[in-house]
Amino acid sequence: MSEFLQFLFSGVTVGAVYALVALGFTIIYNASDVVNFAQGEFVMLGGMSTVFLYEAGIPLFPAAVLAIILTSIVGVALNKLAIEPARGASVVSLIIITIGASIFLRGMAQIVFDKQIHRFPAFSGEQPFVVGGATILPQSLWIIFGALAIFGALYFFFTKTLTGKAVLATANNRDAAKLMGINTNFIMTLSFAMSAGIGAIAGVLVTPMTLTSYDVGIALALKGFAAAMLGGMGRPLGALVGGLAIGMIEAMTAGYISSEYKDAATFIVILAVLFIMPNGIFGRSAIDRV
Amino acid sequence: MKLKVHMKTATLALATTALAVLASPVLAEIKIGSTLAQTGPASFLGDPEAKTLRMLVDDLNANGGINGEQIKLIMYDDGADPNKARTFATRMVEDDEVVAVIAGSTTGATMAMIPVFEDAGVPFISLAGAAVIIDPVKKWVFKTPHTDTMACGKIYADMNKRGISKVGIISSSGGFGKSMRAQCMGLADASGIEIVADEVYGPKDADMTPQLTKIGNTAGIQAVIDTGFGQSAAIVARNFSQLQIDVPLYESHGVASKSFIDLAGDAANGVRLPASALLVAEILADDDPQKSVVVSYRDAYEAATGEPVSTFGGHAADAFNMMVAAIERAGPTDSAAIRDEIEKTTGFIGTGGEVNMGPNDHLGLDLSAFRMLEIKDGTWSIFE
Repeated sequence: MSEFLQFLFSGVTVGAVYALVALGFTIIYNASDVVNFAQGEFVMLGGMSTVFLYEAGIPLFPAAVLAIILTSIVGVALNKLAIEPARGASVVSLIIITIGASIFLRGMAQIVFDKQIHRFPAFSGEQPFVVGGATILPQSLWIIFGALAIFGALYFFFTKTLTGKAVLATANNRDAAKLMGINTNFIMTLSFAMSAGIGAIAGVLVTPMTLTSYDVGIALALKGFAAAMLGGMGRPLGALVGGLAIGMIEAMTAGYISSEYKDAATFIVILAVLFIMPNGIFGRSAIDRV
Repeated sequence: MKLKVHMKTATLALATTALAVLASPVLAEIKIGSTLAQTGPASFLGDPEAKTLRMLVDDLNANGGINGEQIKLIMYDDGADPNKARTFATRMVEDDEVVAVIAGSTTGATMAMIPVFEDAGVPFISLAGAAVIIDPVKKWVFKTPHTDTMACGKIYADMNKRGISKVGIISSSGGFGKSMRAQCMGLADASGIEIVADEVYGPKDADMTPQLTKIGNTAGIQAVIDTGFGQSAAIVARNFSQLQIDVPLYESHGVASKSFIDLAGDAANGVRLPASALLVAEILADDDPQKSVVVSYRDAYEAATGEPVSTFGGHAADAFNMMVAAIERAGPTDSAAIRDEIEKTTGFIGTGGEVNMGPNDHLGLDLSAFRMLEIKDGTWSIFE
């Protein structure tokens, strides 16, 4: 029993990490149908900036807030300098631009920061809680509740606020949205700022557990992207469920079958799900969104 | 008018080039080539190696070079990409016409370059870990770092001493982790060690508690070996302490840097690992033959770069010092003579240990080159 609990804790923790990254994909996708491959770099920037601000002597909490703001500014710059000038280009071209941006950000991080691995202290100490013979770190709870809080905020944003609905309208038909008086340029800028901010929050939360370095974004974005696809691209609930599902499959496979097949099992499940439901578990087909 | 100006500039440029070409043979130079992973995923290896080489070359040249001739270091950055490494190897041989090479931060890059230098007959000292580089012996290829086989041997020797025989292995699925796992598995029987649990994880995984839970619950387990390095090894140590598994954890020599202790925090305490003397320069006995070598390299490196010393830079320093000694004996132009002299290196005390090369041994280190360390109160201590 304690073994199962331990696998469960591991699965939920890792799943929440993936969910946090996956949630970052939703806003930009909802605003423009673009899958932002620089999302992992936002996570990295959040973690790395916090590390360097913290080491410069700023207390952890203000350092984290500053890092989130800085990353949002990078997100806005990415939109203004790379995405907006390519207005009118196809979605595929825009996605390729984000891949280029991710390589650029990784390179800049090597120069501005360094190439070493870093971490900063966990928010509430390192003493694990013991529950039924299994252990869980306080930081895991921060990550899990962080993922839930961001999910809640996004859900509220997209369903209850006018700006959230404007984001969805921009994605559906930019010209029609403009005719309705929506400032689509502003919506795009806002969505990049928010996505970058969410990525940075994810980076701040996970760094005490996963550690960070300039290239940590690639692996995180890959798993986060898989989580978002599994749950349904653009759906906050999908990101949450997809992330937790992947974390759980990994932990249970490693625990009960073999750690050799951990990643294989995950991708078999993703393939199977997408085969039956091409838009992911909670995704709606494109036609429904008109 | 404009044309005239252009003409003038062109003539001037031509004249300058001609001067430069004429001038260069006057300065006798010994060209040593190098391509390292200064950036990219193995930059934690290549960066200190490159800085060490630059520092040592500048030092030597400032002090008159080798028998009055200056060394010219020709350096490339292959980013640990074997394809790039091979291209640079060819360029060093054909365009730069180097007399000898110190290169290869990773085993992959090294293996890609070996055929080039074997064909061209250029002595090549590799800075990469795996035993396959020098086993079987290749005529022109040498290396300075300890092999993963030796790391396992040292760990097993320590376990034998302490009566540990049932061991669990958790290994990273990356190249280094895989290779070391294979070596540890192969060496187990001969060392009287029984591997009772065998789990793997991805080098970028965020949590290894499921694997460690399984290992920890294996009946009769007496110790755990982790073959990862960098980020993943720190996470394994943290998870290990989180699960409160009550047996010793042995890490590989790959984690032998101060950053491991910083990243693993309190969880690092009690971790044992084989490492070179460089890390514990401070606590070596004064009559230890390596003491003066490692202390002077460490002080020089830390003064020149402002960064803490790592074993990887030490491997580059050993390679360079052996190379310089060989060139001093063989003269600066004859690659074949330099190769012969490198092979004759004996009694050389480097940061990695005492090197005694021979026609059948292009590494020249034995188990005594490793010190068994234990991390106590956030710092290294000798654990013999």
